[in-house]
Amino acid sequence: MTGHNGPMDEVRPLVELSRATVRFGTLLALDGVDFRMYPGEVHSLMGENGAGKSTLIRAITGVISLTEGTLTLGGERMHFTSPQDAQRAGISTVYQEINLLPNMSIAENIRLGREPRRWGVIDGAKMRQEAKEVLDELGLDIDPASLLGSHSVAVQQLVAIARAISVDVRVLVLDEPTSSLDLVEVGELFRVIRELKERGVAILFVSHFLDQVYEICDRITVLRDGALVGEYFPTDLLRIELVHKMLGRDAPEFAERGRLESAEVRENAYLRGRGITSATGIIDADVDLAEGEVLGVAGLLGSGRTALARAVTGVDRLAAGQVQIEGRSVRLNSPRKAMDLGVVYSSENRRAEGVLGDMSVLDNITLALQAQRGAFHRIKPARQRELAASWADALDIKPNDLDRPVRTLSGGNQQKVMLARLLALSPRVLVLDEPTRGIDVGAKVEIQNLVSDLATNGLSVVFISAELEEVLRVSDRVAILRDARIVDTVTSGTLTVESVLALVAHPASSEA
Amino acid sequence: MTTTTQAIVKPGSTAKATMSSFVTRHATWLPTFAAIAILVVLLVGAQVRFGNFLTPGNMSALLLDNASVIVLAAGTTFVILTAGIDLSVGSVMAFTGIFGAKLMSDGVPTAIAIPIMFACGAAIGLLIGVLVQYFNVQPFIASLAGLFLGRGLAFVVSLNSIRVENKEIGWLQSTRIGLGDWYITPTGIIAILVVVIGALVLQYTRFGRTIYAVGGSESSARLMGLRVSRTKILAYVISGFCGGLAGLLLTAYSGSSAYPRAGIGTELDVIAAVVIGGTLLTGGRGYVVGSLIGVLVLGCINTIISFMGAEQSWNRIIVGALLLLFIVLQRAIVSRSSRTG
Repeated sequence: MTGHNGPMDEVRPLVELSRATVRFGTLLALDGVDFRMYPGEVHSLMGENGAGKSTLIRAITGVISLTEGTLTLGGERMHFTSPQDAQRAGISTVYQEINLLPNMSIAENIRLGREPRRWGVIDGAKMRQEAKEVLDELGLDIDPASLLGSHSVAVQQLVAIARAISVDVRVLVLDEPTSSLDLVEVGELFRVIRELKERGVAILFVSHFLDQVYEICDRITVLRDGALVGEYFPTDLLRIELVHKMLGRDAPEFAERGRLESAEVRENAYLRGRGITSATGIIDADVDLAEGEVLGVAGLLGSGRTALARAVTGVDRLAAGQVQIEGRSVRLNSPRKAMDLGVVYSSENRRAEGVLGDMSVLDNITLALQAQRGAFHRIKPARQRELAASWADALDIKPNDLDRPVRTLSGGNQQKVMLARLLALSPRVLVLDEPTRGIDVGAKVEIQNLVSDLATNGLSVVFISAELEEVLRVSDRVAILRDARIVDTVTSGTLTVESVLALVAHPASSEA
Repeated sequence: MTTTTQAIVKPGSTAKATMSSFVTRHATWLPTFAAIAILVVLLVGAQVRFGNFLTPGNMSALLLDNASVIVLAAGTTFVILTAGIDLSVGSVMAFTGIFGAKLMSDGVPTAIAIPIMFACGAAIGLLIGVLVQYFNVQPFIASLAGLFLGRGLAFVVSLNSIRVENKEIGWLQSTRIGLGDWYITPTGIIAILVVVIGALVLQYTRFGRTIYAVGGSESSARLMGLRVSRTKILAYVISGFCGGLAGLLLTAYSGSSAYPRAGIGTELDVIAAVVIGGTLLTGGRGYVVGSLIGVLVLGCINTIISFMGAEQSWNRIIVGALLLLFIVLQRAIVSRSSRTG
């Protein structure tokens, strides 16, 4: 890695932004940022949400244009007016939200727009062949003629990457490419990234996973509030320093609290599930959740994490098994019923199943409460505002403007709005599925602390996350999921990330 | 432990994989296959019931009677595939028909009048497309404006029907290329050609695939670098053009006369046919061939009802019931595919 120190001063940058400024109306999204990427490097762009990362990316990829400043590619001044322009110049992008077409074949998703043609007509066989080659390169064994929508999110994410590298790419922009991949898939992706690097491709790698950033990146550019903080080598920058530079202050400390022991929980479980089985992929799961306990759920993608959450919150029907609350058997056959019993669910899919982007913060917060009370018991507007304001304060939702449409908020704040909505129902059991996915370090710790506080106040929480570190930090106990079954439930104090990994990994894939 | 889980997981998953790979490869054709099955059931059922239904004459007439609607349905399929809607087609057909008839009766040569009809249709389509794309007007509203515009213009041209004396127009309808009792008219050939060309364009050209891409996810298509705006506008232009062509076919069909009240409500029959043919109103899935089947299903129902001597009102009810059936089927398919996704 240090080898890059020397040549970098001599080699000309492949991509260079100088004094890049982007204004949206009065909002200054990017403020005179200088940014360089060299051929054959993996460059990480770090910053909190709202720091200007996505604005910078979108300026490079032609989605928006600079208000001031210049963009050069290989020494040539560029004026992109559309993503097509950038793509033609050799800049490929994989966006965080999968931007592909579920109704079309894998092959078309990879090659459309650059498909092989013969006499002006698309050559389908050749297109599938080309797609197959790229998929092989990524170690992905799927039928190129199958519909994209029939595959898992992880496969779709890899297809998006396949599309990006299937062209003569000079600059590859990867915005949170690993958020839905498991460890093996991340390994494959990193192998491909290293190969592209050998070929001289400049790769912009944006991720909230610090481990991954330190593993793969050669340089790190940090942004804060739309301005450049600095450019660093990971070898010279401790993680704690990096976080400090991103936040402009020290990361909020995670507040430790007393942990519960397994034996206590089994005796005094508030919610008790036995033999929970549902069609969506959880088999014979036993769950005990005490008052004031945080039960972590760890498992690989597809191990049944979400299925478990949906089964205990009435989203999916139980095929077998039963749930007791305070010793009484209950039938959770709809989310509404579960809500009435005090069990609420926050989906991993914030956009599709969570916040209503076009509605205001206020409406989003009071929505569920109003729905629970029924249309004839309308909450007075003044009371609604008061209620929403108190939750917005309690959860520190920024900006503190109740009338803003939720989609204009950062991911972390959208998550808080969703939590506020659920908490407004005064629940007893809160099931959080990936509450910190795709949100920045600062907001992550805030959410973790919030969960911790809620548990201290007697709320029972099921906490599901792909980030094992976080699961261990927040939970009293951790349920280990593998192949749709809970293989063990362990007190988190006795676990380390490595030991959990060993437990969740399928025996066959743990060697990879 | 390892072996047992594998023993349980493996066989099921491979069997499921083969199944799902078949389903995923053909899932988008399922509603269209269903429409074909319904058409077959209708034809066979009618034959069994009446004994003289599946005659060459009757079947040939089915195509002849519906040529203009087939053309409209083919054009509208392009729009619906982009997740849009075009309500204007019926009145565009009426306007271009009466305008063309007016031109021809005023002595404009057929070879000039016909391209003008097509251009008028395409122009109204262009207007709707621009409203949708650049002025962000909902397709429903934009094409509703197109509907009123077309109908209004038709009445501006003439309040009464206009007869066309040009022999070329008569030739379109009266020429019968036949084999035994089977026959096809130039109007029928044109309708079939439109469907074939439409299907080929949608399946094998970049423009066609972009239509599907826009219907799948407009923002994704844009980020993938596809020409979204151009494609969407062109879809409406094609629909308008087909409106013009249908105007010509309808004039020929109506014994070389055009009528300003022609095609009132036809846009709804067209949309029904497209949906019955398996095209999703949410866009991105469907086939022009399906729309042809949809028109034939509706046409078949019409014929059956006239065979039964039942009131035409039953026709409407049956069409409504069929439409409902197909929408339910659609929902089932959509919810299944989103669950696996």
